Amino acid sequence: MNSSKLYKKLWRQRYLILMIFPFIIWLIVFRYVPLWGWIMAFQDYKPGKPIWNQEWVGFKWFVEMFQDPDFYKAMRNTLIMSFMGLVFGFPLPIILALLLNEIKNISFKRTVQTISYLPHFVSWVVVASLVNEILSPSGVINQILQKIHLINYPIMFMAEPRYFWWIVTFSDIWKELGWNTIIYLAAITSINPELYEAATVDGAGRFRKMISITLPGIMPTVIVLLILSIGNIINIGFEKQFLLRTAATRDVADVIDLYILTYGIGTGRYSFGTAAGVFKSVVSLVLLVFANWFSKKTTGYRMV
Amino acid sequence: MKRKTTGDLVFEVFNYLLMMILTVVTLYPFLHVLAVSLNDPYDTVKGGITIFPRKFTLVNYIETLNYPQIPWAVLITVLRTVIGTFAGVLSTAMVAYVINRKDFIARKPVAMMFIITMYVGGGLIPDYMLIRGLGLMNNFLVYILPGLISPFNVIVIKSYMEGIPPDLEESAMIDGANDFLIFWKIILPLCAPVVATISLFIAVGHWNSWFDTYLYCSNEPRLTTLQYELQKILSNAAASSQIDYYSNLDPNRTMKVTPHSLRMAMTIIVTLPILFVYPFVQKYFIHGMTIGAIKS
Repeated sequence: MNSSKLYKKLWRQRYLILMIFPFIIWLIVFRYVPLWGWIMAFQDYKPGKPIWNQEWVGFKWFVEMFQDPDFYKAMRNTLIMSFMGLVFGFPLPIILALLLNEIKNISFKRTVQTISYLPHFVSWVVVASLVNEILSPSGVINQILQKIHLINYPIMFMAEPRYFWWIVTFSDIWKELGWNTIIYLAAITSINPELYEAATVDGAGRFRKMISITLPGIMPTVIVLLILSIGNIINIGFEKQFLLRTAATRDVADVIDLYILTYGIGTGRYSFGTAAGVFKSVVSLVLLVFANWFSKKTTGYRMV
Repeated sequence: MKRKTTGDLVFEVFNYLLMMILTVVTLYPFLHVLAVSLNDPYDTVKGGITIFPRKFTLVNYIETLNYPQIPWAVLITVLRTVIGTFAGVLSTAMVAYVINRKDFIARKPVAMMFIITMYVGGGLIPDYMLIRGLGLMNNFLVYILPGLISPFNVIVIKSYMEGIPPDLEESAMIDGANDFLIFWKIILPLCAPVVATISLFIAVGHWNSWFDTYLYCSNEPRLTTLQYELQKILSNAAASSQIDYYSNLDPNRTMKVTPHSLRMAMTIIVTLPILFVYPFVQKYFIHGMTIGAIKS
């Protein structure tokens, strides 16, 4: 393309260019400039000086991080809570979608769905409030346990470190179970109905059809989502842990992002916090690339 | 119709029962908190409230809304939700439109630039430093600008736009409309269902966020949001200090409520708008989610 043609095209597309231009600036400022901040991880960043005038320290912060017992604690908590979320949280939406699909009374089905989506739309702050209320010494769980004589005195759920991971896992399931079924229900609708007819002719019952037709029908979706969530195990976030933890449960609640928050912003060690953040991003990218490769290899489906 | 076998019947009963249990487990916490928030605070202390208030009163709500920060928090939350949603949806749709135009000169690189940010980001500290560097600390704009566009939403709107026949744009172009007018007058109205879905997602995101207030605006009482105020009174220490603070101002007032009942009322205040909005937009978001899920 010669230059006069290019100018002509640019002029013809001036409105499109005007429409996108502010957002390219936005993208650079809010999404790419922070990437530039990764440099801080290799410097001894002191506030007040421009970033190119800071002292370079190489991998000092990474070394320090790998020698910090708190870092391993945060890593352990992240991995454990991720895996618990995967083991207990991943199969449930599939089961719920299968069961919902078997409900033939449309208005009952719709009611169940509407109610099950509801918690997805409230904030973790609200969920933390509800969880605190339900699990409080006078809350409903303690009342039930006392009524059926499993315990004599109320359990202080929120103050017991050994319950924390379960509380996080199950409140997450409670919040997102219904919502996570949407994608499976969508996959179920694309299954060929002739398969069901054929199975009926062969004398298969409802349960049999669910296991032998519906479940295999959504298997590709299941596998893709499973691989995706494995790629995301380090990106557990920190909101639920931050909001549900108490002074007594800190040791089991601190995840990588909370570690970054505490050490990076809380104590003003910006370079150290950035180093931890860079480490997390690198692990996350490696997991993602691996998950993508694995998905392509096993299912022929590429996500990125 | 063929007759149901015993196996099918057992399965059916079991299934319906399970769904009812699920419904109860989902709804109970909300109904319980609602009941406590509407119950006399000193009667609540005696325990035994389930899902019905025993001594009905609105005092918890009146007291909550009387705290000086709360009306401000309501205002700021509503403002950020309305402005943030409007700005966010418009920006997202515009980006989606330009990226979707096959003839756009920089289509590929621009799309690439957005997609990359789905996988790499600066992280907590660099983001924090940027916000500080830009002077957005304790500034209302910090609620709107940093999260303006999410690439995921761009993809969802773009894939919807792909289904609009290009003839419509061409005929408008022949009539002399410019690209912006085509977007505004033709494409955007045709995208109403997906725009409604994305609006809901963005609005809920704004309404529910508390962490940006915690990080960036906690020193400015006039800029805090409802979720942040709830978060503050949820941590016990903060709640009692707040109660102390108000009882120092007026000893008679806080005697009317307990921190517990106050928390429950606040939880309901923060949840209520979502309960009102979401059944109406449900049919849109399921459709929108399905598009998004299939495309990405």
